[in-house]
Amino acid sequence: MTDKSGADILVEALADLGVEMVFGYPGGAVLPIYDALFRHNAQGGRIRHILVRHEQAATHAAEGYARATGKPGVVLVTSGPGATNAITGITDALMDSIPMVVVTGQVPTALIGTDAFQEADTVGITRHCTKHNYLVKTPDRLGEVIHEAFHIATSGRPGPVVVDIPKDVQVATGGYRRPGPVRHRTYRPALKPDRAGTEALADMLAAAERPVLYTGGGVINAGPAASQLLRELQRVTGAPVTSTLMGLGCFPASHDAWLGMLGMHGTYEANMAMHGADLIVAIGARFDDRVTGRLDAFSPDSRKVHIDIDRSSVNKNVRVDLAIIADAGYAMEDLLRVWKSRQHPRPDLADWWNRIAGWRALDCLAYPTSDAEIMPQAAVRALHRLTRDRAPIVTTEVGQHQMWAAQHIGFDQPNKWLTSGGLGTMGYGLPAAIGAQLGHPNALVIDVAGEASIQMNIQELATASQYRLPVKVFILNNEYMGMVRQWQELTYEGRYAESYSDSLPDFVKLAEAYGWKGIRIERPDELEAGIQAMIDHPGPVMVDCLVSKQVNCFPMIPSGAAHTDMILHVSEVSGVMDDHARALV
Amino acid sequence: MRIEAEAAERHTLSVLVDNEPGILARIAGLFTARGYNIESLTVSEITADKAVSRITIVTSASPHVLEQVVAQLDRLVPVHRVTDLTAAGPHVERELALVKVAGVGEHRIEALRLGEVYRARVVDATTGSFVFEVTGGTDKIDKFVELMGELGLVEVARTGVVAIGRGREAA
Repeated sequence: MTDKSGADILVEALADLGVEMVFGYPGGAVLPIYDALFRHNAQGGRIRHILVRHEQAATHAAEGYARATGKPGVVLVTSGPGATNAITGITDALMDSIPMVVVTGQVPTALIGTDAFQEADTVGITRHCTKHNYLVKTPDRLGEVIHEAFHIATSGRPGPVVVDIPKDVQVATGGYRRPGPVRHRTYRPALKPDRAGTEALADMLAAAERPVLYTGGGVINAGPAASQLLRELQRVTGAPVTSTLMGLGCFPASHDAWLGMLGMHGTYEANMAMHGADLIVAIGARFDDRVTGRLDAFSPDSRKVHIDIDRSSVNKNVRVDLAIIADAGYAMEDLLRVWKSRQHPRPDLADWWNRIAGWRALDCLAYPTSDAEIMPQAAVRALHRLTRDRAPIVTTEVGQHQMWAAQHIGFDQPNKWLTSGGLGTMGYGLPAAIGAQLGHPNALVIDVAGEASIQMNIQELATASQYRLPVKVFILNNEYMGMVRQWQELTYEGRYAESYSDSLPDFVKLAEAYGWKGIRIERPDELEAGIQAMIDHPGPVMVDCLVSKQVNCFPMIPSGAAHTDMILHVSEVSGVMDDHARALV
Repeated sequence: MRIEAEAAERHTLSVLVDNEPGILARIAGLFTARGYNIESLTVSEITADKAVSRITIVTSASPHVLEQVVAQLDRLVPVHRVTDLTAAGPHVERELALVKVAGVGEHRIEALRLGEVYRARVVDATTGSFVFEVTGGTDKIDKFVELMGELGLVEVARTGVVAIGRGREAA
């Protein structure tokens, strides 16, 4: 074992771990690593570095890459501002359980704590927005730490891991031996469900008259096979399926048993089914406040089963009757085995489906049509209609456009829908689309955006240009931070404090300035042709789609309200709320 | 609108952790980040190779939050095991305090006499002061410090609670 520099050890460890893509931005405290990467690739190595234009975008691009490919996203940034700029994306990955390893440069060991140039306490700052983090103080430990970091980021409930490497540790030499499979002293996530729990769940499902399968991002994190198992579970139990924002695509939207998304902007049928159910089986979902609405009115008559790989998710918001701590895929596999070995007949749920049909008949996603202006929902539906044969990967920013995309685009496969769910990060969509496109060079990748959100990482237009990535940005431009304005209408009698998008750029010219194609769609009769032109163009395209300015996103469960108190139409908005509702997020 | 607090129970948790840099900040920070309360926290290495530390935490929370505290602690990568000693059954809790008392005459004699009653050891003495070392449950130490308050109390240093389950099994 010959000694190598810490930087070379890092690069070799990344290569040994099969890393193909690193998203980053150079700076003083990572120069040795960039040089090692350069030399590695000059000698035939294949770690591709993607130069973003802002470190936040590196983290979102890594998230997009991870979410679209199932592989961990890797980020490389410098000390101080490089690390602090990455914080939003790291937190985003923590909230949405995205496997990510972030390597940060640090000032030399001897300067730590002296307020050196570009010094920040990266391990201190990231302690609570990572699954785990490390400050590596000797090159001899570096290889082992990198392998451990990937193990922790990708196993159990996935999440971001930060490895902070002082510059002297990058330069000093040490030994590296490729380790075998990591067996951590303390970290051993449970993967397989216990038999008793699985048997009990089978009993409950067989006895249920009004079951709902409430699925989430955990099913997607469990891999594509888990989505197939979910389909099989639905087939044998006949139960309706809903999903959280993060879970969209884990069950096909074109399936008869699909209720649509649940929660604050979910469908009437999904929320009413949750409310009326006698059994809720949560699979890889965490009873988030956006899903449950008012807790004391949440699904009052149901028994609740929670399958989750993270024990701390159980009983956090909602008390459950049975917890199964396991990977969603293993849990469903075992459940199906038990179900089939007992030769359970498919339960007769005809009455339950009749009730669901009644709720569906309300057609809660219907919206007023117009010949004069483009309804945002119509734009999203047209986008879906014209692209669905290509099974596009759709990313979003955060706001009304995100909810319309979730409501009106049907996903039939996992890993096609990339959105910032837990943290709700505006500026996520464009870099995430870049990461997804790099993972799937031939896929159609579309960022459904709003005119406000897109400006939060607009500089990444250059990244797409540099790597010739044909990503599409489809802006629903209503000249408002629409979701903020919607809440101001709901809660503050329409006093629009700072929610107007003033001084907007000319997005078409802006696109062209970055070497993109720009398309503006202004009237309903231009919609289809404009979208088609976007799809047909081989390079990156930004579409500025001018939509009706005042439309709001319904259905909606206002904050503090129960599933049964959905607002279906704008006519039901009162404009005021009591303080308890106002105080909720 | 008023912000209301939930009824809380006092529980003592024992947390075995890998003795790595930053572990204490990680544990303490989890409590602040998630809005949990810490009444007392002690930490020390407990194995010959100094690889494992035992952290004893006294916290007050509703039963629902306590369940979360345990689960969240258990989720931290360097944590070996979390035991809610209060929930697990009978256990022993002890604190050590060093109590400095200054005075002359009757006060000095009375302090010394009370020290004997509380089985406190005198670990430093001058003609005008004592330092008592006293161990016991939190209540006993509170009471001793309170009594010394009338007899020339200067300052107090306390370790916080350490605890261990009764019987032959490890927690």
